[in-house]
Amino acid sequence: MNAQADGPASGPVPWDKPFALKLLADLVRIRRMEERCAELYGQQKIRGFLHLYIGEEAVAVGALNALRADDNLVATYREHGHALVRGLPMASIMAEMYGKREGCARGRGGSMHLFDRATRLYGGNAIVGGGLPLAAGLAMADRMQGRRALTACFFGDGAVAEGAFHEAMNLAALWKLPVLFCCENNLYAMGTAIERYQSQTDLCVKASSYGMPATRVDGMDVVAVHEATQAAAELVRDGGGPMFVEYRTYRFRAHSMFDAELYRTKTEVEAWKARGPIHGYTARLKAQGLLTEDEFLAIDAAAQAEVEQAVAFAEAGTWEPVEDLLKDVTTPVGAPAP
Amino acid sequence: MSRTITYREALREALQEALRDDPRVFLMGEDVGRYGGTYAVSKGLLEEFGPERVRDTPLAELGFVGAGVGAAMGGMRPIVEIMTVNFSLLALDQLVNTAAAMRHMSGGQFSVPLVVRMATGAGRQVAAQHSHSLENWFAHVPGLTVLAPATVDDARGMLGAALADPDPVIIVEHAQLYNASGELPDAFTRDIRAARVRRPGRDVSLITYGGCLPKALEAAQALAASGIEAEVIDLRVLRPLDTATLVASVRRTHRAVVVDEGWRSGSLAAEVVARLMEQAFYDLDAPVARVCAEEVPIPYARHMEEAALPQVPKIVAAVRALWGSRTFGGARP
Repeated sequence: MNAQADGPASGPVPWDKPFALKLLADLVRIRRMEERCAELYGQQKIRGFLHLYIGEEAVAVGALNALRADDNLVATYREHGHALVRGLPMASIMAEMYGKREGCARGRGGSMHLFDRATRLYGGNAIVGGGLPLAAGLAMADRMQGRRALTACFFGDGAVAEGAFHEAMNLAALWKLPVLFCCENNLYAMGTAIERYQSQTDLCVKASSYGMPATRVDGMDVVAVHEATQAAAELVRDGGGPMFVEYRTYRFRAHSMFDAELYRTKTEVEAWKARGPIHGYTARLKAQGLLTEDEFLAIDAAAQAEVEQAVAFAEAGTWEPVEDLLKDVTTPVGAPAP
Repeated sequence: MSRTITYREALREALQEALRDDPRVFLMGEDVGRYGGTYAVSKGLLEEFGPERVRDTPLAELGFVGAGVGAAMGGMRPIVEIMTVNFSLLALDQLVNTAAAMRHMSGGQFSVPLVVRMATGAGRQVAAQHSHSLENWFAHVPGLTVLAPATVDDARGMLGAALADPDPVIIVEHAQLYNASGELPDAFTRDIRAARVRRPGRDVSLITYGGCLPKALEAAQALAASGIEAEVIDLRVLRPLDTATLVASVRRTHRAVVVDEGWRSGSLAAEVVARLMEQAFYDLDAPVARVCAEEVPIPYARHMEEAALPQVPKIVAAVRALWGSRTFGGARP
């Protein structure tokens, strides 16, 4: 089941030009940012673990553009794209990856722990499945305080094997919590293929067993992702309880920067690359007359310029003073209540 | 003025007060509602506050503790009850990797004002999977505050202070204490920072907490009959430790025994001893001693369980041994 036989996504793009191009720009911004991250990792500017999202961009771009400002976002350690689409400045993300004080978590979290109160990004959680109970709680808080927001919780297919997945799904369904469970199924839990670790590889069946609606969508198709997420979000926001969306997608790069990729074939990777989220979408936009080559080049140039500005910002950033090492382990006395 | 009250009633009054005073507060856990709480602490609260604020959960510690973390970050003030510390191991990930780390890891952006209550300790013949004292696992973790109310005063006063704390607080309640009665003063303390001298004495410091406090007090009484005046210190707060109070006591008494129902290796008692070595070494007239649980899964049979736990005679013997082979007459040692 790994190599999908289908060709690139096709069909009409049902959006006006500004929105269609906004999503294209988001796709390109993530791609350009992460390509640069890989280079910077090679130059040892970015250290630790770095998990690239390249290949999966249509999921974050399509899904997060269906959210509202007062919705909450819980993400994983492969969350650079989510943070960017959610509205964090690329410079703040890049500075965080550099470990600089100007980063969105003051350089304490790095690539895996991007946080931002302003855009309601609750991490950057690097324990697989750890974000799901958290999302249920955020949704509880919204419900109990009468807010009509939802919590979008992203996690990979690997998380579905964790107890936290099942406990959180049950709680959310039992208490009809406004959680949108966004499963990014890239078919591998690190290096273990889904059919090698799941007794039931149809993940929607698992979600459905908790009594919540579940749907599967082509995660390489930003249009399908957005439409499906939009519909699911409306249902959740209207008090219909949680919903599960499985985005079938594929990671083009290694799991992290320490991965020799012994567990999959080049043929498989190439087959998925043929369905890449950017070029297929670009072709459709052009075919519909929504995009010219010059416009595409302008979008790409703008993304590259943004990346270079972000890198310059990170380079110019400062290190948190060592005297601040213990700062924020607990809240200082007299600080405003959270 | 004061009144006699049980530890259980004191906890219930504290919960009631919290639920009445702050609409953001809610209680969540296994059987806290209809059942009235496994230890009957929350009995009657469902009727008063309804099922949304006194919320029964599935048997899913990882899930509902994590939901508590999220609810706290979302603006609520959850009190999550875990039936016993033994089951809290199922929720360690959310407590350690998420709740405790959140504020620092997020660059100070997100606090987790969560309170988690749980029973701890042995003594009821409920065997290895319901009897352990694992609170020092939490006391190891930066970002957490760990409280061990041992008196009705603290059972009544600590919860409100824990809820007012913007960071996660774990409260461990020794299961043997729920039925204990005590005098609750009208002006009960709400402090969650300091250790307390529960009995002044000049000859030796008995440092303990939680379910071992009554045993230490009883041992002190027995020792007094033979002329040894023990000062009994209740740690109350297991993290951060109030080292200053311990050091000040040892500077007066020059001897110390630490009593801890946790296993000796890697115990909270070990941490207390280390701090005394670091800060009061030259004030000591004898090596600091420890009375801890024997290093065995707590057995079921009554005589074996008793043998595994700190007991009054063991504490008395440990104190006497500080004076080596010298015998105790009527005179002060």
